[in-house]
Amino acid sequence: MEWRRSYGRAPKMIHLESNFVQFKEELLPKEGNKALLTFPFLHIYWTECCDTEVYKATVKDDLTKWQNVLKAHSSVDWLIVIVENDAKKKNKTNILPRTSIVDKIRNDFCNKQSDRRSLPLFSRCCSSLRMPWCSTTSWTPSSLSMWSTSGPGVSVPPGALDCWVFLSCLEVLQRIEGCCDRAQIDSNIAHTVGLWSYATEKLKSLGYLCGLVSEKGPNSEDLNRTVDLLAGLGAERPETANTAQSPYKKLKEALSSVEAFEKHYLDLSHATIEMYTSIGRIRSAKFVGKDLAEFYMRKKAPQKAEIYLQGALKNYLAEGWALPITHTRKQLAECQKHLGQIENYLQTSSLLASDHHLTEEERKHFCQEILDFASQPLDNPGHKIVLPMQSFAQLRDLHFDPSNAVVHVGGVLCIEITMYSQMPVPVHVEQIVVNVHFSIEKNSYRKTAEWLTKHKTSNGIISFPPETAPFPVSQNSLPALELYEMFERSPSDNSLNTTGIICRNVHMLLRRQESSSSLEMPSGVALEEGAHLLRCSHVTLEPGANQITFRTQAKEPGTYTLRQLCASVGSVWFVLPHIYPIVQYDVYSQEPQLHVEPLADSLLAGIPQKVKFTVTTGHYTIKNGDSLQLSNAEAMLILCQAESRAMVYSNTREQSSDAALRIQSSDKVTSISLPVAPAYHVIEFELEVLSLPSAPALGGESDMLGMAEPHRKHKDKQKTGHCMVTTDHKVSIDCPWSIYSTVIALTFSVPFRTTHALLSSGTRKYVQVCVQNLSELDFQLSDSYLVDTSDSTDLQLVPLNTQSQQPIYSKQSVFFVWELKWTEEPPPSLYCRFSVGFSPASEEQLSISLKPYTYEFKVENFFTLYNVKAEIFPPSGMEYCRTGSLCSLEVLITRLSDLLEVDKDEALTESDEHFSTKLMYEVVDNSSNWAVCGKSCGVISMPVAARATHRVHMEVMPLFAGYLPLPDVRLFKYLPHHSAHSSQLDADSWIENDSLSVDKHGDDQPDSSSLKSRGSVHSACSSEHKGLPMPRLQALPAGQVFNSSSGTQVLVIPSQDDHVLEVSVT
Amino acid sequence: MAVCIAVIAKENYPLYIRSTPTENELKFHYMVHTSLDVVDEKISAMGKALVDQRELYLGLLYPTKDYKVMFRKLHNSYTVVMCNPFYNSGDRIQSSRAFDNMVTSMMIQVC
Repeated sequence: MEWRRSYGRAPKMIHLESNFVQFKEELLPKEGNKALLTFPFLHIYWTECCDTEVYKATVKDDLTKWQNVLKAHSSVDWLIVIVENDAKKKNKTNILPRTSIVDKIRNDFCNKQSDRRSLPLFSRCCSSLRMPWCSTTSWTPSSLSMWSTSGPGVSVPPGALDCWVFLSCLEVLQRIEGCCDRAQIDSNIAHTVGLWSYATEKLKSLGYLCGLVSEKGPNSEDLNRTVDLLAGLGAERPETANTAQSPYKKLKEALSSVEAFEKHYLDLSHATIEMYTSIGRIRSAKFVGKDLAEFYMRKKAPQKAEIYLQGALKNYLAEGWALPITHTRKQLAECQKHLGQIENYLQTSSLLASDHHLTEEERKHFCQEILDFASQPLDNPGHKIVLPMQSFAQLRDLHFDPSNAVVHVGGVLCIEITMYSQMPVPVHVEQIVVNVHFSIEKNSYRKTAEWLTKHKTSNGIISFPPETAPFPVSQNSLPALELYEMFERSPSDNSLNTTGIICRNVHMLLRRQESSSSLEMPSGVALEEGAHLLRCSHVTLEPGANQITFRTQAKEPGTYTLRQLCASVGSVWFVLPHIYPIVQYDVYSQEPQLHVEPLADSLLAGIPQKVKFTVTTGHYTIKNGDSLQLSNAEAMLILCQAESRAMVYSNTREQSSDAALRIQSSDKVTSISLPVAPAYHVIEFELEVLSLPSAPALGGESDMLGMAEPHRKHKDKQKTGHCMVTTDHKVSIDCPWSIYSTVIALTFSVPFRTTHALLSSGTRKYVQVCVQNLSELDFQLSDSYLVDTSDSTDLQLVPLNTQSQQPIYSKQSVFFVWELKWTEEPPPSLYCRFSVGFSPASEEQLSISLKPYTYEFKVENFFTLYNVKAEIFPPSGMEYCRTGSLCSLEVLITRLSDLLEVDKDEALTESDEHFSTKLMYEVVDNSSNWAVCGKSCGVISMPVAARATHRVHMEVMPLFAGYLPLPDVRLFKYLPHHSAHSSQLDADSWIENDSLSVDKHGDDQPDSSSLKSRGSVHSACSSEHKGLPMPRLQALPAGQVFNSSSGTQVLVIPSQDDHVLEVSVT
Repeated sequence: MAVCIAVIAKENYPLYIRSTPTENELKFHYMVHTSLDVVDEKISAMGKALVDQRELYLGLLYPTKDYKVMFRKLHNSYTVVMCNPFYNSGDRIQSSRAFDNMVTSMMIQVC
């Protein structure tokens, strides 16, 4: 039956047993007469009436009478049932609404009863009559216990209520069994198991009360109590007296003897456990099992108790119930002790000794149990009892010294651990051992001192997460993901190879869940046997944190992983089977090494430079008398300073000592005595070296600006303009640890770049030397000299430099000029050597005198042969040149000397003792200021005699107004065709050009000897065809031609009428 | 009379458990633990319907008195504990004075 309840509570299905009794007014209860066990009445009026007329005539009156009787007895629960015949209903369909009998009845009777809400409820009662099980829920232990404690207010002997409850439970169960079949009972265990459990509990307490559970059986007092109880039960009710089995008989029998009690109690218990298990109420089953275990323990049958205790404990551990865990463990400990399961007992004892839910006394007791056992001499002396360490002590943190956990062979490593003792009293531990696994790593790079010292920069403290012991294993209680960024870099250049995210505690997250349930089983712990052990003997672990230090001397190079931690107390070994996070230390071995490197970015030649020597001793011990033998390189000096000192560091960069360095130099060998240093140390010292500037190497690189080098390219010049010339010096060093020499190459850069130029003023000649400082340092230049190496007495070099001391700053240049003077005919070429003293400007007085910087060069054809003078005149009758009007250009070429050696070439022709040569002139205006009208070039025959002149007249037109520079006049030597000579100019240079050429590739050097500029040459023999033998042009060296009008300007005024001149550029 | 009040995590371990009188603590721990059997049953019986209804009250383990109001109050207080940003879900409820006071008031009130 569905019970719709008020106040929004969920409807309930309930079972109601009902009897149908015919209505009699006498049966109705009188006012005030309400017994506890009265069945309530529901008054039902049944009618088959379906005709309105009949209803009006009889049924309505009858109903009214019935209702009045009910009202008189203040009975408000009633129901009117109209039984309708389907056939009739079909035939006589009511068209009008609210005219059926039901409607009429509702109208006549129900309106007055509008407060009744549950009226339609009972019409469904029949359907729910099949649910007898609902009612038994009310027969549950809680309601029974309410009766038994707060029921009849009379005093009863102890156990009487238990008896009554036991009987009640069993009787209810028996009645249910009596009216239902097996399948129904089985499917409704959930409703009856509570009663079974309650009955079991009551029987148990009765058994304890009557001394039926004690080992010796009941005493006389127990027996008296039993007799009282049995007497209190009275006689069995007549309806069950004749049956073979009844709750009454069962109770009587159970209390009659120890054996019978045991049988009944075990039956009930097992049945209850089985029922609980079958419906999945595991916790309840375990709880009954624990009672059963208690019973077995009382009966001195610990072997039977153990399984129930283990089962219950496992359940509590899995769900993390601390108090039940502690309690059950205590019971289990007792059980294991009785069973003689030594390891299990010690394991449980250690767990209990560390259990804070126990009193201090209890904890001490269990701790003492372990210590007592440990101190007993064993039958088998080598036997070890291995227990997990977790409950005994916990590893909290670990610290390495050196903190990078890297140590060289023979070095000492300290490992300090913090162990947190869980024991309530100080425990003396014979030894604490760390089992270490050794592996040789294949990657030898990892083992180098540099790598190891660079990569392990942590503080060396490794913390171990404390494990929360009584916590259930579930998704939620898993540790949080420990995610870390991971960068893997190439060992050679530190570039990033791979990156990603790694989970560090994946083993915690992915481990099997069952593994934690083996907490009580010490069998899972295995003691590893390894060759490498760290040991610490005779330690007393105080309750709480303890510091323990292990010291070890590193032997074989490799990686050592700490695997297990064991603490031995007598024959008991507490073992932490896996140390996590992984703890490793590395031992390395290293070959002795010598490094030589400059202190600055680059070494400069010519001045003292510091070079750092680093000796990594590795496994070699530097003895007294060990020295480095440096075979002296040519042109590199090792400067011996009295005060040089060497520093000795340990491999972890802690300074250990310093010592004076003794350096002895002979012609060929420099010997440096090393200070005494132990293995795996670093000796550092600095030496000054001086690379002597070597003249030939420098001179070759200089730019011969004054020389005729038509094919020199601009690019080359720029390239050499920015980087310093370098020289390499190789030093071979003999080290005491090796029979082989170490060759060290040092590269020195020359700080200066030097260029020279020949300058002319008419026939006077000057040599200019430009020194450019390419380095970052400032220098002081002094004592500049230019000497003629060919030693011609006739020639004089007169310095025009005023200062003897000259600073030259970084990236700046200094120029030096000498005038060339001679009295007789000068030589065709001149060999010069420039030298200048230099020293770093910033530094104090140097201990040694430095060699000057030298530069050698050659000057050729420096004697002026021709003077070229150009002049522009305004048109006749005009005062100034005007734009657009033709002006005359007069070029005067004058020979300045008689026949010289340099003139003797193919162009020279001789007739009647007179010599003449062929020259080509060319007028070029690169700035496009002038338009040359007519031929801009021509070939002339020039007499080779002093003062011979040649005059050329041309017409030019100024294109712009203002002070205009004159167009260039160039002179070339015009060589006749000679098949043996390959032309210096290729055919492309002979391009016909109009005289108004605009040279786009204009040479930015006005005095350039280059002929590369295109379109600048107009051939005098333009009528000749290409491919035919052609005369050649040779530029006259710059020194041979002096342009006396260079730099002069002509004033051009604008013309009156402006007109546009179009210039087409091809 | 409320003699023992417990808040149980969904993994069935006690987040909070307190009983009065305290000397019988162990008994109540066992009792609460075994009662989880019935809670489990109720939860699985209600199943999805429960989720939809948002009705968290499971009803009584045994049909005695109805303590819906009391449980609602307890649940509200538990929700407040959960909303505390310093509380890690799953930790045992140990440092909430408000929750403690509420439990105390419940134990006294119903007595």
